[in-house]
Amino acid sequence: MVAPIDQSELPLDNLEFFIDPSRCIGCQACVAACGECDTHRGIPMIHLDYVDRSTSVQTAPVVCMHCENPTCAMVCPADAIKQDDNGVVLSAAHSRCIGCSNCTLACPFGVPKQQIEMQLMMKCDLCYDRSSVGKKPMCAAVCPSQALHYGSRTKVEAHRGEVPCNKFQFGDQTVKTKVNMMTAHGLDTIPFDVADFMPQGNLAAFGRERIGSPDAAEDTVWEDLPA
Amino acid sequence: MAFLNLTEDEYIERYGPTPAYMSERDLEGEPDKLVKTHCCFCGVQCGIQLKVKENKIVGFEPWEEFPVNEGKLCPKGVKRYLQNGHPDRLTTPLMRSEDGFREAGWDEALSKTVSEIQRVQATYGRDAVAFLGGASMTNEKSYINGKFARVALGTRNIDYNGRLCMASAGAANKLAFGIDRSANPWKDIPKAKVLILAGTNIAECFPILTDYIWRARDNGAKIIVIDPRITPIARTADLFLPVRPGRDSALAHGILHMMIEWGWIDEDFIAAHTNDFDAVRELVKDYTPAHTEQITGVPAASIEQAAELWGTAETSMLLHARGIEHHTKGVENVLSYINLVLATGRIGKPGSGYGTLTGQGNGQGGREHGQRCNQLPGGRDINNPEHREHIANFWGIDETKLPREGLTACEIIDDIEMGEIKALISISFNPLVSIPDSARTRKALEKLEHFTAIDFFLSETAQYADVVLAGSLQEEDEGTVTTGEGRCVRLRPVVRPPAEARVDWHIIADLAQRLGAGRHFAHETAADIFEELTAVSAGGPVDYSGMSYERIENEMGIFWPCPAPNHPGTPRLFAGGRFAHPDGRAKFHAFPYRPPAEEVDAEYPIFFTSGRVVSQYLSGTQTRRIGMLVDQYPEPLCEIHPHLAERLGIADSDRVRVSTRRGQIEVPAQIVKTIRPDTVFIPYHWPGKKAANQITNRALDPISKIPEFKVCACKVEKAS
Repeated sequence: MVAPIDQSELPLDNLEFFIDPSRCIGCQACVAACGECDTHRGIPMIHLDYVDRSTSVQTAPVVCMHCENPTCAMVCPADAIKQDDNGVVLSAAHSRCIGCSNCTLACPFGVPKQQIEMQLMMKCDLCYDRSSVGKKPMCAAVCPSQALHYGSRTKVEAHRGEVPCNKFQFGDQTVKTKVNMMTAHGLDTIPFDVADFMPQGNLAAFGRERIGSPDAAEDTVWEDLPA
Repeated sequence: MAFLNLTEDEYIERYGPTPAYMSERDLEGEPDKLVKTHCCFCGVQCGIQLKVKENKIVGFEPWEEFPVNEGKLCPKGVKRYLQNGHPDRLTTPLMRSEDGFREAGWDEALSKTVSEIQRVQATYGRDAVAFLGGASMTNEKSYINGKFARVALGTRNIDYNGRLCMASAGAANKLAFGIDRSANPWKDIPKAKVLILAGTNIAECFPILTDYIWRARDNGAKIIVIDPRITPIARTADLFLPVRPGRDSALAHGILHMMIEWGWIDEDFIAAHTNDFDAVRELVKDYTPAHTEQITGVPAASIEQAAELWGTAETSMLLHARGIEHHTKGVENVLSYINLVLATGRIGKPGSGYGTLTGQGNGQGGREHGQRCNQLPGGRDINNPEHREHIANFWGIDETKLPREGLTACEIIDDIEMGEIKALISISFNPLVSIPDSARTRKALEKLEHFTAIDFFLSETAQYADVVLAGSLQEEDEGTVTTGEGRCVRLRPVVRPPAEARVDWHIIADLAQRLGAGRHFAHETAADIFEELTAVSAGGPVDYSGMSYERIENEMGIFWPCPAPNHPGTPRLFAGGRFAHPDGRAKFHAFPYRPPAEEVDAEYPIFFTSGRVVSQYLSGTQTRRIGMLVDQYPEPLCEIHPHLAERLGIADSDRVRVSTRRGQIEVPAQIVKTIRPDTVFIPYHWPGKKAANQITNRALDPISKIPEFKVCACKVEKAS
């Protein structure tokens, strides 16, 4: 029923998920399409927000990062969150989830959502019904700006100016994920301090000079305008 | 006299817009089929597969084999299926009654329309009836609309809403190149080393092309963005030129000035393949960086940098859209930017050339097959005796009976207001929302003696109609559209029109039959119409004669000109520097910069500009009825720079009143650093008191007759 993926990108386990917020245009095609996925139709799991609309149109999409040792699963008292053999962290099992919100509070990336009326935690499972049979997750299939991409690492490394990174440093804790974040050359771990993302934050850590640097045309441009 | 006889709330309660969401029913069971077709919105015409269950569209699947978008979509494309089975859908003809509208049978409704047209034409002459079409419709419908107006109505007054969209670009293309089409396929974009994006909010209006821009960057391209706002694509620019609204031609002249000064033009190409460069060389002498900075508000150093990037590029493409076209000098702006392309000789080659981005689904095809007041099928000229003879013979009518050039869309509305035009048939056009100075548009609609609207939802304009004929959504008909790159693609039938609603061209054919012209509209299928329009296009400037539905499907679209069944089509124009003017040369144009129709002054000291947001499409007739798109950006906001906001004592989310000489609008303020401090912006997709076109200026470009949506003078106050 769904078109097969480019044969050159098979076998299946070579397909990976890459996020590049610097390429995001905030159109919400991913949010719209996520809500069309058969496993959770009508409820988008992806997060997409302006970083700070007052200073920039920069937006950032967040899917589940699918941690190697998922904090959400570790803090779950009901053992409701399972990981499959390929490292995909699934939504909470309906029969087990007690709706306690431990996972939503503990996730370092703020991904799981509590569905209050359903008493159930739901989150991105990489469109398990699609990706497990070789199709792209809905969000990456439709993303028009390459901010969300599902494909082979070789191609991404060959074509893009940025490099994929899947290690995140939260204080002393290093979190390794299945999903990659595109970042500047020379960064093998992404420093992850929320303050970096605030209006006066230290974005320098992300390499201001890199292609698509979100500050290319922001704060100072109007100050330089002739009268 | 057609005054509204319900309140705004009553219309909304009965006819919407109702935001539709996915229904439980859509989720049940497997769909019956998946149909490969295209999006119904912008000129990219993304391939999409629609899921159908029991004659209802219940969802979508990406269509990854279609080469233009490879499965990618914007949120409008993802959710467009919710128009099908929509609660607001018109399912029977409506006739005006004391209490708004009442449902009517087709015979009664069509009889009323026809008798009123005949009465008006007998009393006031044939041209007292006007026809307004739309550029969201297929090539087949565009062709039928033009033929209907000329052959069945016999009026010269037919035009379409592409007049608000592609008119400046189209006119400039003809003047510069001798042909009206983007010069390059989009797959050339990733091969360009420098891109100028002039007045095009690509990420919001043609989101899929963002992918092409990034592929170019990954190949090392530099991006120059020219816009008064930091749009999502401007945010990532290598060089951002924050032009003051209404100054675009001056900026192009300033860039060319430095390219000539530094010797970065291709004198050999200019001598061998173009005319009239000397006048341009002379003209741009005055546009020094300092002088250009003064006019445009772009720093001199940035102008020099643009000249250096563009001048020294190995390959390059210019892409522009409404930002430079929606002006009283829209054609001059486009021609001034085309000068930058011609001066480098970088056109007609892989990765080098030119494209104008069509805003409407069939913005390209809708302007090729005779739906325009000055044009006959095959892109022919209605004032050209040979062209007239060809079409008249083909249609089997006397050339003297073929009407002459008529009025353009805005002029038709003007003429209705002045009482010259007495009756109107419109299809898929919502001028009350989409034309500047909506108070005047309203006055005009009130003056009509008769108005028949054909549409699938009751648009704000159709509220004024005497007869509303329930037409078809894109997915309820079939045919072809021609995308912004000149690729003719195939729309497949997906579902049947609901209840009593009918396919648009069946309605037109029925009207023609009742007007006594039935023999000219005896097509049984859309394919019959396509065969006729391709045949009549043979030998014309816009030649489709080698195309068939089968070929288009097999080849994933065909680029015109395609003059023979074995011709592969023409993705890239102007190979070898050969242009479409009779002498094979392109033409430079030397238009000195002139100010917009309305300049800022003490009373109205701030520039006003308008445009789109990503979640809405044109007048919103469709997208204001799709729940998620409404939620994404529910109402118009006024973007104001913090410097200006501070001076005016306005805080974020305060309601502000923006006034011009034509009217005023009150909306919440959005305080953002992403707009020039001397300019405010409100998007235009909403009707009534939320309509940005209450305040925009209807002054027209003398050539393209496009209105000046993109600049006028306003004042901004905090609303009490």
